[in-house]
Amino acid sequence: MSETILSVEDLHVWFDLPRGGVLHAVQGVSLSVDRGERFGLVGESGCGKTTTILAMMGLLPPNATVSGRVLLEGEDVLAEGERSARPHRWVDISMIFQGAMNALNPVQTVGAQILEPMELHGYATGVDARERAGTLLELVGIGRDRLDRFPHEFSGGMRQRAAIAMALACEPKVILADEPTTALDVMVQAQILGLLERLSEELGLTVILVTHDLPLVAHVCHRAAVMYGGILAEVGPMDALYHDPRHPYTRMLFSAVPDPTGESEVISIPGAPPRLDRPIPGCPFEPRCDRAFEPCSSVRPRQISLTDGREASCHLNDPALTEAS
Amino acid sequence: MNTTGDARILEVDDLVVRYPVARGLVGTLARRPKQQVHAVEGVSFTLRRGEMLALVGESGCGKTTTAQAVLRLVDADAGTITLQGQDISKTPRGQLRGLRRRVQIIYQDPYESLDPRFTVRRTVEEPMKIHKIGGDESERRERVAAALARVGLEPPDLFLERYPHELSGGQRQRVVVAASLVLEPELLVADEPVSMLDVSVRAGVLELFDALRRSGLAILMITHDLSTAAHYADRIAVMYLGRIVEEGPAKEVVNDPQHPYTKALMSVIPDADPRKRRTAQILSGETPNPVTVPPGCRFHPRCPLVASGRALEVGMEERCRGEDLGLAEVLPGHFAACHLAAPAQVSGA
Amino acid sequence: MSVADMETKLPAAEATPARRGTVRSVLRERPSAIVGLAVVVFFILVAIFGPMLSPYGVHEKIGTPFTPPSLSHPLGLDDAGIDMVTLLMQGARVSLVVGFAASLIAILIGALVGVTAGYFGGKSDVALMRVTDYFLVVPDLVLMIVIASIWGQKLIYIIIVIGALLWTGTARVLRAQVKSIRERVYVRRSLALGGSNGHTIVQHVLPQVSPLIVANAVLLIAVAIFDETALAYLGLGDPTAISWGKLIKNASEAAAVSAGAWWAIVPPGLCVATVILACTLIGQALEDALNPRLKASYLAARGFRIRRLREDEP
Repeated sequence: MSETILSVEDLHVWFDLPRGGVLHAVQGVSLSVDRGERFGLVGESGCGKTTTILAMMGLLPPNATVSGRVLLEGEDVLAEGERSARPHRWVDISMIFQGAMNALNPVQTVGAQILEPMELHGYATGVDARERAGTLLELVGIGRDRLDRFPHEFSGGMRQRAAIAMALACEPKVILADEPTTALDVMVQAQILGLLERLSEELGLTVILVTHDLPLVAHVCHRAAVMYGGILAEVGPMDALYHDPRHPYTRMLFSAVPDPTGESEVISIPGAPPRLDRPIPGCPFEPRCDRAFEPCSSVRPRQISLTDGREASCHLNDPALTEAS
Repeated sequence: MNTTGDARILEVDDLVVRYPVARGLVGTLARRPKQQVHAVEGVSFTLRRGEMLALVGESGCGKTTTAQAVLRLVDADAGTITLQGQDISKTPRGQLRGLRRRVQIIYQDPYESLDPRFTVRRTVEEPMKIHKIGGDESERRERVAAALARVGLEPPDLFLERYPHELSGGQRQRVVVAASLVLEPELLVADEPVSMLDVSVRAGVLELFDALRRSGLAILMITHDLSTAAHYADRIAVMYLGRIVEEGPAKEVVNDPQHPYTKALMSVIPDADPRKRRTAQILSGETPNPVTVPPGCRFHPRCPLVASGRALEVGMEERCRGEDLGLAEVLPGHFAACHLAAPAQVSGA
Repeated sequence: MSVADMETKLPAAEATPARRGTVRSVLRERPSAIVGLAVVVFFILVAIFGPMLSPYGVHEKIGTPFTPPSLSHPLGLDDAGIDMVTLLMQGARVSLVVGFAASLIAILIGALVGVTAGYFGGKSDVALMRVTDYFLVVPDLVLMIVIASIWGQKLIYIIIVIGALLWTGTARVLRAQVKSIRERVYVRRSLALGGSNGHTIVQHVLPQVSPLIVANAVLLIAVAIFDETALAYLGLGDPTAISWGKLIKNASEAAAVSAGAWWAIVPPGLCVATVILACTLIGQALEDALNPRLKASYLAARGFRIRRLREDEP
């Protein structure tokens, strides 16, 4: 469980904007995920989490510029751009896109859509592929007899399961799930999350779950990274993030989420996320932070390692700075 | 939160809304029986001044249709809707303008709720122009500024001439609320008002609703999120397949649910605290579509009490399968529609 | 709207710039549209001022028919000995008037039908679309020939007939657009606020479709001009109206080609083609701008750039 399968090193992503200027969407993110782990990537809109996982698959548009490394089992996926990224796609690392269940091809049977990547990557063909597709459907909780049905004959939850089956077509080691349950009812969400948990346990699959839903991540993931304004605010085990956060954003984010018993106080975070098309000298969270102090507006905090696999980008963790203030 | 005299703003009684399902050419020719979507099948509730009622449920449960029926955006097939003592369920279409002043709706999508070509001022002014109230230009301007201040968009001058694309989601939603307030409504219907906003922003907008509630507005909140309902609503009504299956004080419904559906929902809602993991009661399958409603208790095919044999144990299974039922008071002020929940019949449930 | 039906849209941190004054901004950005606009404006000016400024009359026989171009007559004389340039300028008047007027009629009918059908839906939609379908199926030119033969050949009839057959395309396009706008939240909100249908259409729907109406109108001008030219060439136009089509007809009937008098037959044809092309350029530029642009999707990605971060960069 403690073998690193995917590691991101100092990832930067810039997007050229249509009217000139550059958007610095990901600003030096580093993280590592262990084999078989369920890892959450949490943040609100514009924080860079989706861009980060797209970079993991090298699925960035032509107006993107990338720097840094993404090591998948030791190999740098981004080394030569498309050329180095493509061989890994779907075979080693695959993805369930946001709203995947609504993006299924309506004129192709579900079976055909699961088959397609298998044949494309030379993984299996013909009868063999069909057999595998059937097995995958069963694995995700849909009967094998549904192979020749069309997406519109499936409910929302079932379509999402089909999307998961598609992602598993070539037996990847890592699955990236981008908001897999956002448009689903809470009961169906529980079913899908249960499925992801089961798959990761049974198949040793590494799951990276991207979402804005904190409780969801707390429920399913072992560890998580919280992103804000293109940087990694904090990384650590779920329990530590909740009970001992080392970044004010983590703490405030948890406080902004109502708990199911309706007991604890819910506090919103005033202000709005920063614009990423302008350089930010200090910490991107500083304007909204309730514990900002002197260095925060001018010095960018580095992602520092704390004890036992935890990391945070906050000056408050730097004893030298806090003593001096 | 107790009633302040007879401050009942809204009374919905036995509301029924059905939609025909299109049969298509083949269906018509083959004389297939006309099917109906039983969107709302007998819903009753009361809403008082300064009270927030949350209608909670999953998709297809009828909560949105109920809200639309209250607003007369959809016509009910049966039942009555009374607004401050006045029956509005039968008012002819052409005379609904007065109603449109008294009841306002806040939609889910703040990014589509505002006309992109209207400035904030024009958006907030529009209702006054439609209803020909608010006095002259300058008086209207003042009202607009006051409404903006009331929703937390201060100083108002900063926002008046802005276009929607220059505002964040939370700000847009506040503008929509401001536009609703200028008409001084009695009832506000909020359909998932924060589900498309960032998490850190939601509490702020919900706080706004809470403040409005405290100032006397009655609020009907439609949401799928029980946690939000638990925090901000006074009462929660849980809907399933067109009926209210549980209703009671918000905190009580979430902490001491009486209906197995509510219990199942509560068990699968993730808690942000990893140490608080409940045993999830994941119901099998998905909510049946409201065209074919199961006989008896409409929840029985998925009910854990039936599946586990508990209903059989206490001799209720036949009734669950065969006998439809409505809400019964199970605890003071707390209602549930479950054969096993009536206090008189269950021994040590 | 239930949760399961909607995809939650996570908004971009960057607000998308609004499209203010779309028509104007498009024209500014697309060179083809600017060229087209310049050409049309040129012809309009020629049509308005040309005949007045010309030293020659439109019916003034100056010399021998088919006199070749010279300094005093840059495009020579036509089959009746009248100055071609003057005739062309007069032709601009007629052709453009027909084009604009017919387009206006077509747009008015098309907008009325399209917006009504799209907004109200239901039975009126079905009825209006049936009517549209009938008009769509009728072959334009053939019907115009028939009607021109029955009603007689006055310019006003020509304009009406052309306009009355041209509106169907616009109606369909507008109907589709209005149908989708009708479902937008801010439109439903306007009704929920108590706004009447009229108020909602005028305040919220029409402003959204007006760029599309303009684009359509411009394209229809091109078609109308062509239709008039065709009718005039076939001899079904107004015999008293000097349009470019009439000029072509006159010249070809007088055997301009075998006489080698290209100046009598080519310029009018060129004018028609040029104006049509110009209108098409403008119209298509507008339509292109109004189509939702396909975003540079990451799924269409082939080749992002790599950059090694230097030591000094943050």
